[in-house]
Amino acid sequence: MYKVTSKLKIFAIVLMVVGALFTAVGFWSVPSSQAAVQQMIDSDAAAHGGAHETESKDHGGAAEEAHQQSGHAAAHNTDEPAIDDAHAGGHNDEHVEHLYHQLQNRPWSAVYIASFFFFMIGLGSLVFLALQKVSQAGWSPLLFRVMEGIGSYILPGGIIMFILLLLSGLHFNHIFVWMEEGVDVLGNENYDAIIAGKTGYLNVPFWLFRAGAFIVGWNLYRWNIRRFGLKQDEAKDGDIAWYKKGFKHSAMFLVFFIVTESIMSWDWIMSFDPHWFSTLFGWYVFASMFVSGITTIALVTIFLKSKGYLEFVNDSHIHDLAKFMFGISIFWTYLWFSQFMLIWYSNIPEEVTYFVTRIQDYNILFFGMVAINFLFPLLILMNSDFKRVNWFVVTAGLFIIVGHYLDIFVMVMPATVGVSWFIGFPEIGAFLFFAGLFIFYIFRTISKAPLIPKGDPFLGESKHFHY
Amino acid sequence: MSTKMIHALYTDDDVLLSAVKQVRDKHYHIEEVFTPFPVHGLEKAMGIADTRLAINAFLYGIVGLCVATAMMNYIMIEDWPQDIGGKPSFSYLENMPAFVPIMFELTVFFAAHLMVITFYMRSRLWPFKKAENPDVRTTDDHFLMEIDAHGADEEEVTKFLYDTGAVEIKLIDKEAH
Repeated sequence: MYKVTSKLKIFAIVLMVVGALFTAVGFWSVPSSQAAVQQMIDSDAAAHGGAHETESKDHGGAAEEAHQQSGHAAAHNTDEPAIDDAHAGGHNDEHVEHLYHQLQNRPWSAVYIASFFFFMIGLGSLVFLALQKVSQAGWSPLLFRVMEGIGSYILPGGIIMFILLLLSGLHFNHIFVWMEEGVDVLGNENYDAIIAGKTGYLNVPFWLFRAGAFIVGWNLYRWNIRRFGLKQDEAKDGDIAWYKKGFKHSAMFLVFFIVTESIMSWDWIMSFDPHWFSTLFGWYVFASMFVSGITTIALVTIFLKSKGYLEFVNDSHIHDLAKFMFGISIFWTYLWFSQFMLIWYSNIPEEVTYFVTRIQDYNILFFGMVAINFLFPLLILMNSDFKRVNWFVVTAGLFIIVGHYLDIFVMVMPATVGVSWFIGFPEIGAFLFFAGLFIFYIFRTISKAPLIPKGDPFLGESKHFHY
Repeated sequence: MSTKMIHALYTDDDVLLSAVKQVRDKHYHIEEVFTPFPVHGLEKAMGIADTRLAINAFLYGIVGLCVATAMMNYIMIEDWPQDIGGKPSFSYLENMPAFVPIMFELTVFFAAHLMVITFYMRSRLWPFKKAENPDVRTTDDHFLMEIDAHGADEEEVTKFLYDTGAVEIKLIDKEAH
């Protein structure tokens, strides 16, 4: 039995406290009114002298992006060349309003991204567990308790995700533009024909219902599979009824998951850009969650092993996990590129804006995260021997975790805060807070059951697994 | 010059694997083992050094990537600049996404083909080469272990090999190649 050390507990709690403080600073530092934003711009302009004109133009472009569906974007756009004459006053007000909304969205988006990211790790790990059960893999049963532990985070993580979605739905924040008042009412200043055409699917009650149903469904499986595993441990020799039951539930879960995960990725992420759509978005988000989940399994396994637990786990198990990290990283890149290249090549205006925003306003992050998520795992983990060296696996793993956080970041931020992005207090704070909660919760679950699932029929094979 | 060789035949891969381990424990030199299919763990049991083919594959892949880059840059940008997807920027870097599939394919192509050719050369295989296989049954259901009998007591070795599970043992003079 693993016991959570007080050192780890304190570490997790410190992460949460520091993270919460940073996030609070993020919320506090949001300008309280448009006048405050105007003041910020003025002092900025004073500092930069003549730079104001070009900067204001930049912001104009981004604000247009953020409000692309609000109808007056077109009018706003034609005003652009007239920036210096009579229109300047009106334009400036509008610009300040956009900037104000972006800055208001920033801490909410930061919390949303970090919350989703850690939730996704839990879910990815749970899917990996289900795959092991369904494929009746012989190498992995020794790691089941680690996977179950990480997967358990989807209970608190799912509840927090649902609360965040609920707050958005109740207009506590405005990170989802399609929820704006009157967006589907003809003649309203917010009217948007494209979003109005989607309201049959994309409306707050149905959207929340879907989110709730998915979170409950996933948690139901995770609760069952854990229970079956523990019951199997107590079963008599040769009685594998619980194991078989787990197999059936895992197979059903995988079918349920791949459909719901796809819909979840449209609902929770793609709908930030409600005009834009990509048919492989579900796969793309899945690849991200899968590789992050597997990486976390490897990191937690190596951590537990370094503390003297999991004595039967050998370097062949780590080798297999590293192979998955390597392979799924390349799979992720394949999907990223498939999505990017077709849209880039065809250059259709309503599609390509998605990438234009990212390349113009998020250049370093956008291409940097591709490099981190592709090149680093590729080069670090290519050599077969390196996949057995913990030090290499941990290095590659940390790159993958940071890289996929940034991946989610560039999926969400351009639509909610546009050019006003920065990785500062709310972003780092939210990441630390959820990291702390995640560590606290998963190790608590891991400590609740023996680390070796002694009833699993494949346990012997797993103990002798040798590549 | 000819060498005395012992050919021991086995009918089961597990028996063969344990025999290889025992023979090596006795410090007899195993010249070669012929099997009808790859036996997992055999090269480790025989003490053969790891293959360096993977390193070659990596280098060949880099060659392929470079060839693809140089080729596409010459064809599409320098020699006859082309308008790619309505983006006539005449810059390799800005048009790079369009070339990625080619860069990928040629990386794989070079790595795969040069690796196969390297493998053939390293294994001394070429068209019309006379087979080195000493016994046709090793292409069907028998496993053959070739042991250097030089300076060993043949009687003793033969008895030892039967004990390891060999079904047939032959002593032959082999032309050195």
